[in-house]
Amino acid sequence: MDEILHWLTQPFSYAFMIRGMWASLIVGVVCPVLGTYVVLRGMAFLGDALAHIILPGVVMAFLLGWPLAAGALLVGVLAALAIGALGRRSEIKQDAIIGVVFAGAFALGVALISMQRSYAVDLAHILFGDLLGVSNDDLWLMAGLGALVLFTVFALYKEFLVISFDPVLATTLRLPVSLLQNILLVLLAIVIVISIQAVGVALVLAMLVTPASTAYLISRRLPSMMLLSAGIGSFSAVLGLYLSFYVNVASGPAIVLVETVIFVLAFALAPRRGALWELLRTRRG
Amino acid sequence: MAQLLTRPANHDISAPPIQMEGVSLRYDSTFVLRDITFSLPAGQLVAVVGPNGAGKTTLFRIIAGILRPEAGLVHVYGHKPGGHVCIAYVPQRSQVDWSFPITVKEVVMMGRIRKIGLFRWPNRHDWKYVRHALERVGISALSNQQIGELSGGQQQRVFLAQALAQEAEIVLLDEPLTGLDMPSQEAIFATLDELKREGVAIMVAMHDLNLAAERFDQVMLLNRRLIDFGFPQDVFTRASLLEAYGGNVHLLPEGEGMLIADTCCEGGEEHL
Repeated sequence: MDEILHWLTQPFSYAFMIRGMWASLIVGVVCPVLGTYVVLRGMAFLGDALAHIILPGVVMAFLLGWPLAAGALLVGVLAALAIGALGRRSEIKQDAIIGVVFAGAFALGVALISMQRSYAVDLAHILFGDLLGVSNDDLWLMAGLGALVLFTVFALYKEFLVISFDPVLATTLRLPVSLLQNILLVLLAIVIVISIQAVGVALVLAMLVTPASTAYLISRRLPSMMLLSAGIGSFSAVLGLYLSFYVNVASGPAIVLVETVIFVLAFALAPRRGALWELLRTRRG
Repeated sequence: MAQLLTRPANHDISAPPIQMEGVSLRYDSTFVLRDITFSLPAGQLVAVVGPNGAGKTTLFRIIAGILRPEAGLVHVYGHKPGGHVCIAYVPQRSQVDWSFPITVKEVVMMGRIRKIGLFRWPNRHDWKYVRHALERVGISALSNQQIGELSGGQQQRVFLAQALAQEAEIVLLDEPLTGLDMPSQEAIFATLDELKREGVAIMVAMHDLNLAAERFDQVMLLNRRLIDFGFPQDVFTRASLLEAYGGNVHLLPEGEGMLIADTCCEGGEEHL
């Protein structure tokens, strides 16, 4: 018993591990909650693109000596609004435009980093996160932005629900549909900024879509999908961090791998929507 | 925050629910609707019929204020439709994401979102409305089901209940009867008749001309132009039907009346 307790508490004899745990818990809750909308609205590609588009903002903030999050937030919000505006012009294929902006911005970010001396290390941190390098200031910023996102999702719950489920109804009820869509995009940008420190640009997408997709397989209502998704996200964050401590793997990928395993299990075993269920149903005819 | 919302339009109850004058709309230079003029009184149950691509859905979307016509005037209770919250538009079943994690009563509650107001949550009064709406369409027992678990007729009634919860004064239903069995159709008609008696103006896009002739007060025969609008016996003439459907409708003399078979359109889908 003592050994288990020791095993569980030992990582937290290090201050950086405690900060890392808090950071991963914030990301593990906030990302999946907003991720439910990413999954339900089919915004996965947009989310991934936005994460990569933010890279030059992070790098420029670094070069100018700003807080990294400030640069990321600025670029992220601008990109989100620009994509929102482009998306409403139906003559342009939206995914192609997103692809162009995504790749171009990412190339710019990598080019800027490659001009610096400590290129290899910093790029890896931005791409795959640096959970154990989270400072107290970072943590407060993450907590503040995370609370803002959760509060907005709560306050605009029914409005986001209706623009996601039935945009036509939202229009006939004369709700400000494009304003609400833009708010959702800005929230997405904020969430990505929060997550970059934890899992990096390349894996933010997993935090957004994997727990939410798992929850989608199991839940029949949006609130339970959000709660379940946040539960899976935070559980994966904690377990991933232990794995990273004891098995000595990078923390970001460890968290994402735990989430992926849970998804595969749910995909196979979930009632009603799972593969096994499907198989039994067809057997029974 | 109230200024974020569109200012509600003036709602002149002495004006007709729907009035159109010379309304036209084109997609890529072809007319989807051309010079549509009509006036719809309150408390009428109107069938909108015409072949696929006749512009039924487009007509509904213009009335609902989702599409704006290029030319012509649209008045809903004496004012442009864009500010009205009294219109319920129920799209075709194929337009709905039935796997969305949402229950029947939540879909019905959506009709009240504007009445509840930004940042607020539904209160007991709102839920009472929802329960009442579900009772009226006869699906109270299903209120906690996920919407994908329902049959086609039940799903259609969920959206009818949503229109009730919205306290809509104009109800536009896009092919609600397609693919439904007789009892489901009857359940929908029972609710529509009730609404009609309360003075709600109802327009139903459909393909079954016999049903249109039997169960509706008025019919609107549409094929990009408004061919005729009035009582079924006046509208469903050989000449008008031929004009709407071309060679695709067979008219058989049968005693005094006619047997009408719309051979091209059953179960078809229309996207404009």
